[in-house]
Amino acid sequence: MGCTCNSNDKEKLFCSGVLVENRPGAILPPQEAWEKKKGGYVVIECPQRIPCNPCATSCPTGAVKPFADINDVPSIDYEKCTGCGLCVAKCPGLACFVVDLTYGADEAVIKLPYELEPKPAKGQKVKCLNRTGEEVSEGEIYTVTEPLKDQTTVVSVVIPKKLVGEIRAIKVVC
Amino acid sequence: MELIQKHPILEFHHGKEVTFTFDGKDMKGFEGEPIAMALHANDVRIYRVTPEMKRPRGFFCAIGKCSSCFMVVDGVPNVRTCVTPLEAGMKVETQHGKGQVPLEAK
Amino acid sequence: MKKTIETDLLVVGGGAAGLCAAAEAAGAGAKVTVIESDLHPGGQLVKQTHKFFGSKDEYAGTRGYKIADILLDEIKSLGDRVDIRTNTTVTGYYPEEGIFTAMKGEDEYYRIKAKKTVVATGAQERLIPFPNNDLPGVYGAGAVQTLMNVYGVVPGKKVLMVGAGNIGLIVSYQLRQAGVEIAAVVEAMPKIGGYWVHAAKIRRLGIPILLRHTIVEAVGGKVIEGAVIQELDDKFQLIGEPKKIDCDVICMAVGLTPTTELFWQAGAKMQYCPQLCGHVPFRDNTMRTSNPDIWVAGDASGIEEASAAMVEGRIAGFSAAKALGCKVNEISFKEYWTRLDHLRAGEVGEKIRGGICQVLVDGWEA
Repeated sequence: MGCTCNSNDKEKLFCSGVLVENRPGAILPPQEAWEKKKGGYVVIECPQRIPCNPCATSCPTGAVKPFADINDVPSIDYEKCTGCGLCVAKCPGLACFVVDLTYGADEAVIKLPYELEPKPAKGQKVKCLNRTGEEVSEGEIYTVTEPLKDQTTVVSVVIPKKLVGEIRAIKVVC
Repeated sequence: MELIQKHPILEFHHGKEVTFTFDGKDMKGFEGEPIAMALHANDVRIYRVTPEMKRPRGFFCAIGKCSSCFMVVDGVPNVRTCVTPLEAGMKVETQHGKGQVPLEAK
Repeated sequence: MKKTIETDLLVVGGGAAGLCAAAEAAGAGAKVTVIESDLHPGGQLVKQTHKFFGSKDEYAGTRGYKIADILLDEIKSLGDRVDIRTNTTVTGYYPEEGIFTAMKGEDEYYRIKAKKTVVATGAQERLIPFPNNDLPGVYGAGAVQTLMNVYGVVPGKKVLMVGAGNIGLIVSYQLRQAGVEIAAVVEAMPKIGGYWVHAAKIRRLGIPILLRHTIVEAVGGKVIEGAVIQELDDKFQLIGEPKKIDCDVICMAVGLTPTTELFWQAGAKMQYCPQLCGHVPFRDNTMRTSNPDIWVAGDASGIEEASAAMVEGRIAGFSAAKALGCKVNEISFKEYWTRLDHLRAGEVGEKIRGGICQVLVDGWEA
């Protein structure tokens, strides 16, 4: 996994599944282009070399570049990314997201995979969670789709723009 | 019965609901599903008591390989309840020790 | 009731590897009998609600239980060449006569005379020693999956998961999907053993993963009522203060061990291999053991993954069919090995490669 796992806190977090900084397979899009891109860009958090490639094979435009070796980590050609979110629905590790920074001055939209009950509905307010499951803000459901009709729901949530680097899950409260 | 009501991925299709007895008490379960599942759904966790130290045992592997779930079913001991299908009217009993094999079939 | 069933190929175990072996051999024309001790075929596949990894050839992106259906459909399309017998357990192998015995339910016994056999008996959950580890409520992770994913039964209210390999991480997620709370996942090692993405998806839901922690004892009178966990130092010695955890299920995901009784009975050459998690039979690259009529595939050959089990099943089924005199396409054999090598090529496959080379022989004399 590429972690040394001494008592350094950052490494400890990473070794238990929490991304603490950009690394190959888990990078943020180039900021300038991202701020203008309507529809958003894909954000994948898959820093480990494992034999798995559906993100690349399901991408209709080749934005998730085809893997030379099935163990490669994903890498992105942002010019080709349309923010369609098919990879969000397809990824077996639920590691793909789409983040659109153009929604509003202080707000962004994140598309994330959701496979729990209860399912949220459009317009519903939900709690937004960071990578360790802490509630960091509220969010509003923008759309709920099931692109592959395979019980993976892709939820678009309106969230505070300043938290796009943190929010990676939602909690639906009835 | 403690059944999952709504699951985000799966739909459960149970067979016919039937009545059986556990230590003389009437219980409901689904025909054709393992006896151990019906017991668990009825909140029964203890299936047998060990011969020497009288320890309670329940299920462990659920694929018929570990012997933790042995019970007396219709008079026959050492039945692997995790892979034995439930039938209506079955008499399921906590097994104490090694059980006694009946001299005649049921 | 004395009865003997005769068949070309006996496949012991109708899980991922067994079904693939059956499909491959029947596709080449063999008459196949699959014996499965559970009430339905599919083995561990039917409990997997998550989408599989790997590549398209291994059904990546498809949920495990659907893969079981795909394999069964393939078998169905081969007409009546494959006979799958569920609720039936192979109870022994008698090498002098070359006969297997089987038991259906509790009282129907018969013998099976097969020209060739693929033993794909899978694995069994391990347990680690701690006081009260035998109380009801200490369940194998696979058992918890069976309860909630196959039969829709709530396993408990609050679970302590022991082990952060792929199984511990995946079952924790599945428990959450079934509406069950996870108190924590404890892992004795300084890092998770499973895929990082599996851990990330449960961390996001607030499920704690406590590295360098172990369970010291289970608490309860007649059933599990709680557990005590504690931190370990880098020499695996207990440090700090013990912590009490409330839970009614302690889920053991501390590893699997291959189920190999039939190989021992067959007198196959065996070896203890730590990387493959136990005693396993030696095999050549056709997956044949030292017994000329018995092949191995899946976790019984060494603990690995479903995708590898399926390809091994294809290789064993192909090779057994060839040994039966069926017409086979050698290109398939090469393709299967290419796929298997790819699956094992990365860093996560290093341990497996280290294990396989200890038990892979170039060929057998007979």
